[in-house]
Amino acid sequence: MTTNSARNTPSDTPPTASTQAERERLRQRSVRRQLLALNLLSALIGLALWGLASHLKLAGLPGPQEVGAKALELMANGQLFKDAAASLQRVLLGFAIGTLLAIPVGFLMGWYTVARGLLEPYVQFFRTIPPLAMIPLAIVFLGIGEVPKVFVITLAAFLVSVISTYQGVVSVDRVLINAARVLGARDAAVFRRVVIPASTPFILVGMRTGLGAAWSTLVAAELIAAQEGLGHRMQQAQVYYDLATIFVALVTIGLMGLLMDRLLLWLDSRLTTWQERR
Amino acid sequence: MTNLPTSTAAVAPKIAFRGVSCVFDLKGAAFRAVADVDLEVGDGEIVTLVGPSGCGKSTLMNMVAGLLEPSAGTVSVDGRPVRGPGPERGVIFQQYALFPWLTVRENVAFGLEIAGVPRAERERTVARCLDLVGLGAFADALPKALSGGMKQRCAIARAYAVDPKVLLMDEPFGALDALTRVHMQEQLLQTWSRDRRTILFITHDVDEAVYLAHRVVVMAARPGRIHRIVPVDLPHPRTAASRLSPEFQRLRNEVWTAVYHQPETADRPPPG
Repeated sequence: MTTNSARNTPSDTPPTASTQAERERLRQRSVRRQLLALNLLSALIGLALWGLASHLKLAGLPGPQEVGAKALELMANGQLFKDAAASLQRVLLGFAIGTLLAIPVGFLMGWYTVARGLLEPYVQFFRTIPPLAMIPLAIVFLGIGEVPKVFVITLAAFLVSVISTYQGVVSVDRVLINAARVLGARDAAVFRRVVIPASTPFILVGMRTGLGAAWSTLVAAELIAAQEGLGHRMQQAQVYYDLATIFVALVTIGLMGLLMDRLLLWLDSRLTTWQERR
Repeated sequence: MTNLPTSTAAVAPKIAFRGVSCVFDLKGAAFRAVADVDLEVGDGEIVTLVGPSGCGKSTLMNMVAGLLEPSAGTVSVDGRPVRGPGPERGVIFQQYALFPWLTVRENVAFGLEIAGVPRAERERTVARCLDLVGLGAFADALPKALSGGMKQRCAIARAYAVDPKVLLMDEPFGALDALTRVHMQEQLLQTWSRDRRTILFITHDVDEAVYLAHRVVVMAARPGRIHRIVPVDLPHPRTAASRLSPEFQRLRNEVWTAVYHQPETADRPPPG
């Protein structure tokens, strides 16, 4: 976790504080390096075990070389990029719509008792239904085009994000709201200047879990008569017992999900440097 | 010779509680946090409130701040009944209540921005208030980088920035170590001797209550009410020497006895 920020540069603090901060930064950097080295080591061990397992012909597992070759082949003929783009587009669209809806709805629920009373039963009810269980209904009502796929992903991302945003608003420290009010802030200013920044960490956690939900809904959503997409590719590969292609698709999904999660994590560290982390 | 403001009968009081009660609903039972309190605080006076937990000290203060409404009676500031919070009544909370996402400078500027003070004037006021509490070098630090004492100094600067007519301080130094606490008390009195702002100050610390106050109001619990009022005739400016004076010791003992040897239950019938 990075703690240095533009607002908190050593030049603004007296020398003792700055050397202390410097030492702390160095310590954290060495911890980060150590963790990174261990991460790499762990990945290499995993790769080695996988190679060993395929070498011993366990469960007809394709080896890393075979999967690598397949990946190169799918990249060369452009298939992998087309599938990845199609999947990414669905995930991003569903995630974006879901989150953009969840934030205002979560704020409404947290801020207004009436909105909470009216909306909470629906949110809590639909939360207990796995979004995948909505697929048959989505097909009946929305057909088999892009709409039902994006809809299911949107629903998954929305339900996770809305709860998190709502939690963020209701858990804003009462003392901070009072502090703003005694400084003359009225409701609108309290909302804009206290409630929104105070719930940002919760919203970002909601976005990260929402993104996870979006990716995990993707493959199933692509079972709905898709023409391309990583989920669809795996379906096809399954028919031909093409394990290498399945592996390539799985790894691609994993890598893209990881990349997007890191992006959100980075955003989180930029937006919430002010938090006291223990 | 004291700098005590003259009798409240002659001058209109800055803060006035008249027949104030505050009842909370606690699991179906009525809990009388404050019962039938009458108190006047003169302009430029420092009144400290001490008493056991649950004696209604914070309730009284929250009613002046406008964060709580009395169930009966009136709380007025400058002769006008309090209606909701406002920047003319500055509050300093025990938990500092700094906005953690704003820098020290931005925290202090908060009330000025709400009031729509133009940028140039805002910056001047913020710089002046930060100098007053000695936080100029930390203007761009985030609250998480500050010690407890520095956080509270930032909170004090933030309250001063909007130039309130009265300061309401709810155990502001309660979380600080003993040395920092004494230092903060001295700074508070120094600032007071320049601006003579009316201060209502809650504390658990008997020494602090006597050292700061013109009058110490000792409260009792169940229901929360005024038990005794002890005038403090120590001259201003008060110094470390004041704390060691026999007069200070006598007052301290008097307040101590009033706080720690209270009748267990209500010593008068409930009002109404």
